Amino acid sequence: MAGKCDVRARLLQGNESCAEAALLAGVRFFAGYPITPSSEIAEILSARLPQLGGKFIQMEDEIASMAAVIGASLAGMKAMTATSGPGFSLKQENLGFASFTEVPCVIVNVQRTGPSTGLPTSPGQGDLMQARWGTHGDHPVVALYPSSVAETFDLTVKAVNIAETLRVPVILLMDEVVAHMRERVIVPCADEIEIAWRPRPTVAPSDYLPYDAGPDGVPAMADFGTGYRWHVTGLYHDITGFPTSAPAKVDHLVRRLEGKIANHRRDITFTWDEHMDDAKVAVVACGIVARSARRAVRLARGKGIAAGVFQPKTIWPFPYEQIAEIAARVDRIIVPEMNMGQLIGEVQRAACGKCEVIGHFRVDGEPITPEEILARLEEV
Amino acid sequence: MISAGSPEAPVLVRREWCKGCGICIAMCPKKVLEAAPDGKAVVARPDDCTRCETCEIMCPDFAVRVVAKRAAAPAGRREAVADGR
Amino acid sequence: MAKSIDEYLRTQFMPHIWCPGCGHGIVLNALLRAVARLDLPKDQVCVVSGIGCASRAPGYLDFNTLHTTHGRAIAFATGIKLANPDLHVIVVTGDGDGAAIGGNHLIHAARRNMGVTTVMFNNSIYGMTNGQYSPLTPSGMFAATAPYGNVERNFDMCELVRASGANYVARATVAQARQLSTYIERAIENPGFAFVEAVGSCPTYFGRRNKLGSSLQMLETLKKNSVTAAAAAKLDPAELRGKIIIGEFYRGDAPGYIELYDGVIERAKEAAGK
Ligand SMILES: Cc1ncc(C[n+]2csc(CCOP(=O)(O)OP(=O)(O)O)c2C)c(N)n1
Ligand code: SF4
Ligand code: SF4
Repeated sequence: MAGKCDVRARLLQGNESCAEAALLAGVRFFAGYPITPSSEIAEILSARLPQLGGKFIQMEDEIASMAAVIGASLAGMKAMTATSGPGFSLKQENLGFASFTEVPCVIVNVQRTGPSTGLPTSPGQGDLMQARWGTHGDHPVVALYPSSVAETFDLTVKAVNIAETLRVPVILLMDEVVAHMRERVIVPCADEIEIAWRPRPTVAPSDYLPYDAGPDGVPAMADFGTGYRWHVTGLYHDITGFPTSAPAKVDHLVRRLEGKIANHRRDITFTWDEHMDDAKVAVVACGIVARSARRAVRLARGKGIAAGVFQPKTIWPFPYEQIAEIAARVDRIIVPEMNMGQLIGEVQRAACGKCEVIGHFRVDGEPITPEEILARLEEV
Repeated sequence: MISAGSPEAPVLVRREWCKGCGICIAMCPKKVLEAAPDGKAVVARPDDCTRCETCEIMCPDFAVRVVAKRAAAPAGRREAVADGR
Repeated sequence: MAKSIDEYLRTQFMPHIWCPGCGHGIVLNALLRAVARLDLPKDQVCVVSGIGCASRAPGYLDFNTLHTTHGRAIAFATGIKLANPDLHVIVVTGDGDGAAIGGNHLIHAARRNMGVTTVMFNNSIYGMTNGQYSPLTPSGMFAATAPYGNVERNFDMCELVRASGANYVARATVAQARQLSTYIERAIENPGFAFVEAVGSCPTYFGRRNKLGSSLQMLETLKKNSVTAAAAAKLDPAELRGKIIIGEFYRGDAPGYIELYDGVIERAKEAAGK
């Protein structure tokens, strides 16, 4: 028998951290199409998955990859794909299908500068809104956003668990800088982390109603081939899973899907902050920019500026309440981001005019430095 | 409702599934089926049926069943087949 | 004796949505009779479709059923088959669904020899969206988007799929429903990727626009235009114009992705053990 697992500190690359965490969380299926800066995830999983009896396949494109992931999940495997901006765009229709039919899966998007081919290996944060609204129609989505290699590990495990427990596609947004940097990660043992599975039916197949959700809004899911023969369709469906156009049932479905995420908001909202207690100026930033912001705030504190930093690790659903609470206490919020202003829109929505909100946008393919943010903090 | 003709009819047509395309009527080599005034198929000449199953195979609406000789006897059993349960 | 196909229908949803005389019903009938003869356990059958009239089939079938996005059924099916190789995975697709938007997935599944059976319901037109031309609309025919006649050439799907590497390739029309059912049966039994093109009819759009008469007349025309592969071999191209070549074009037993990946798992475990 294998001995007790040792908690190990390992030096991991961001993409490697993501891949290893997914395996630990029970992911056994990966379908993808190569694209920089995400390819290492596919490469690592092509080697690691079969070692664990899992399956890897390089599909003909990202559309097919997303489809295969959904198929594998329906057949009972925890499934994942990884891509970057252009591929993320191609996945959108099927991502909406997964959201609507409530098939658990994880989509990693290691962002690069866009639109179009952009600067293939340079960092950018242009996909915040695509993550939320990339597919058509109203739909729930969960997106997590790590700022370090260690956070990547943690949030990947969380992404898999949320996907399973809430039966929702979970997007892991990553920055190219984090994906390619190497940092120390304490890799936990399998028995030290919580591993979740989709809720299973507790009734006999003849009584199974695949979309009949309890009060928490998440219906039980039977895997194909286990005796529960059910129908999955992208058409509006009622609790039986079969198509319906009855307005009341259509309305019920759309609201339940939004509601199941809203019901679990607290459990899936992860944030980090520092020096916020007495801050008069807050920096709200995500991903790699949150790290520059942290450094900038520490430097500002050294200069006697009452600055603080707030990092949403959960981007969607957006932590509006926390930001609203911050806006009520500070004079201004600075939002640095590597795009032309995506995060800032949500911050403004949350702040609702209670404080000044200032953007700092960089779109030249270079990361935002602590010095840039410090300069903005010193402007007052 | 089953337009099965006589109780021993070898062919059953589910009227509620039939869309009256006429394919079974035309394809039957023995002209067992006919169109009712509403266009739907009825079994007109059950005695001529050779149970070749052409009508069942060609019906795009799953509305025709040729009852196998062995199963043909009990009427109750035939009804169960006809309702598809 | 083979089971009745009633066993495989979700009868509560019948009659189905297809138009009177639509060839799709005959193809589905043939498919279900194939499943009945093979006596496949319902829990072990998974039918996957894309979008279109043909793709509405799974909703009526008492199997594990998946109605996906336009053109992507084979890619979804690939994931299912990999995750649970014990399932008989059958893809139902239209000529637009499988040859246009989903054509890339089709040739790649054939190339991988993925253990999926694909039945293409070829009615030569986009039925669901009211009759635009598809990659299988014969040249010269009319369609909602080809009001002056289709100037594009149509694919020979069987040649395409065969060249892509499938283990089983056959074609029949709905006028040869028994033969069609036999081909589907063999396709399901054949390991690796199997493809059956079922040439049917859309009386509502293709038929009407091209003045092909009733569904019955369209059936007669299909029958008249069908030529067996053996007979076709003796005809010259001019004589073959407008004909539909039917038959089994290929039966092979090359190892498929599923079996080959078992080897990958073995090698990976060995490598990990070192
Ligand atoms: C991405 C996308 N593009 C277009 C459509 C519209 N659409 C629905 S069905 C269809 C064509 C269906 O034709 P075919 O596959 O031949 O099936 P049929 O309806 O003839 O059985 C199209 C274009 C869609 N649903 N999704
Ligand atoms: S073939 Fe079927 S639908 Fe058509 S007339 Fe006969 S029973 Fe009715
Ligand atoms: S539109 Fe054409 S393909 Fe669609 S159901 Fe009607 S006849 Fe069949």
